Amino acid sequence: MITYNAVVNKIVELFHKAETELPDDVVRAIEKALEREENEMAQRQLEAILRNIEVAKTKKIPICQDTGIPIIFLEIGMDVTLDFDLKSAIEEGVKKATELIPLRPNAVHPLTRENPGTNIGVGIPDIHCEFVEGDHIQITVAPKGAGSENMSRLRMFNPSEAGEIKKFVVETVKNAMGKPCPPTIVGVGIGGSFDKCARLAKKAAFKVLGTPSEYEAELLEAINSLGIGPMGLGGRTTSLAVNVEMAYCHTASLPVAVNIQCWASRRASGVLR
Amino acid sequence: MKYQFNTPLSKEDIMELNVGDEVYLSGIIYTARDKAHMRIMEYRKESKKIPFSLENQVIYHCGPLVKKLDSKWKVVAAGPTTSARMNRAAVPLLQNFDVRALIGKGGMDGKVTEAMREKCVYLAYTGGCAATAAETITSVKDVIWLDLGVPEAVWVLEVEKFGPLLVGIDAHGNSIFSKVEEEVNKHFSDMFP
Repeated sequence: MITYNAVVNKIVELFHKAETELPDDVVRAIEKALEREENEMAQRQLEAILRNIEVAKTKKIPICQDTGIPIIFLEIGMDVTLDFDLKSAIEEGVKKATELIPLRPNAVHPLTRENPGTNIGVGIPDIHCEFVEGDHIQITVAPKGAGSENMSRLRMFNPSEAGEIKKFVVETVKNAMGKPCPPTIVGVGIGGSFDKCARLAKKAAFKVLGTPSEYEAELLEAINSLGIGPMGLGGRTTSLAVNVEMAYCHTASLPVAVNIQCWASRRASGVLR
Repeated sequence: MKYQFNTPLSKEDIMELNVGDEVYLSGIIYTARDKAHMRIMEYRKESKKIPFSLENQVIYHCGPLVKKLDSKWKVVAAGPTTSARMNRAAVPLLQNFDVRALIGKGGMDGKVTEAMREKCVYLAYTGGCAATAAETITSVKDVIWLDLGVPEAVWVLEVEKFGPLLVGIDAHGNSIFSKVEEEVNKHFSDMFP
């Protein structure tokens, strides 16, 4: 039986892991980038990043002071029954994580900018639910920093403009220059609707790094030939990966979203039964 | 070249620096982000004196992650934030105060580079490296304008050999960022003519 407290504790545990330990696939991608990088300034930046990852892990402190806004992906098994409000348990977990880890209180009112200090507010934490087979809940926490989020873009293309997507993706990265803390991971959402394609892009930005498709490799090659480099100081390593997620869309539209993720691609998953 | 300075910095100190040099700083530095910049300029407009001196001082674009232990603030992690958000505010700031160095990440635009001429340098610290930055922050001396919220307040931090900081924009009008941007724009227009 999944309890309220089990959810609260799992949320705290996962935030702690996500904020202090970078996933192995991302660390490996940064190490590989350092092996390939020939620009000395870029090498120094990548070395500093790897040292920081190590210090954060050893000391169990957050990798980055921007501990992000809380984004949570849930996969809820269809056989799960709960006798409590799942959203309240997640909010309690986020509040506790903010106090204990601690997390920087980042969530503010969009216009008054008033900061409640808890990382809780209308619509925050941002919770995404999907229903799956089974009797478990998989929780993934993915705190997202603003430096990279601010550089993201969305455009509604005409259906005849599919050939323009590559330029749009590369241009988004070009406009961002060193601002989103490159080397970045670029999440691209193609299709769906106005909001669906943005969600696809976010999902793509948080995907475990693996073997790229031909299209993803082509986009990555184009981005890395720009020469922005780590922290915008020049070099071959502007992005570690490009991930593309697609969905069917209306015959009259072609939405495309690009969500940029900094090198500190923090995510952690756990399962409750 | 590698340099070590104690803050406050003198104009002579920063005039020695050129883009690509490495700097380590010890002493007091002041954090300031969007809201602190806005408040400084509001005070200026109303001819009110700000509650700290910026003369020859160092501003760190940073919203630290802090915790309170036995009623004392302690920095947990404190890397740089995106400096470009302060592009607009930095120009009047530099015109009104003799700030000697801005620390941040991602660089600042051409207008800021011009405003920095003969008076200030931009020092880049690797973005996201908040754990290593915190290792060199020895204490929180004060916090000013906490009503702006923890990330946006002005934190007066004491640092010991904070660095390596890379001179990204010097006081002679040179900027690594604008040089890289020029090349990037060229590569982009070659790729998509």
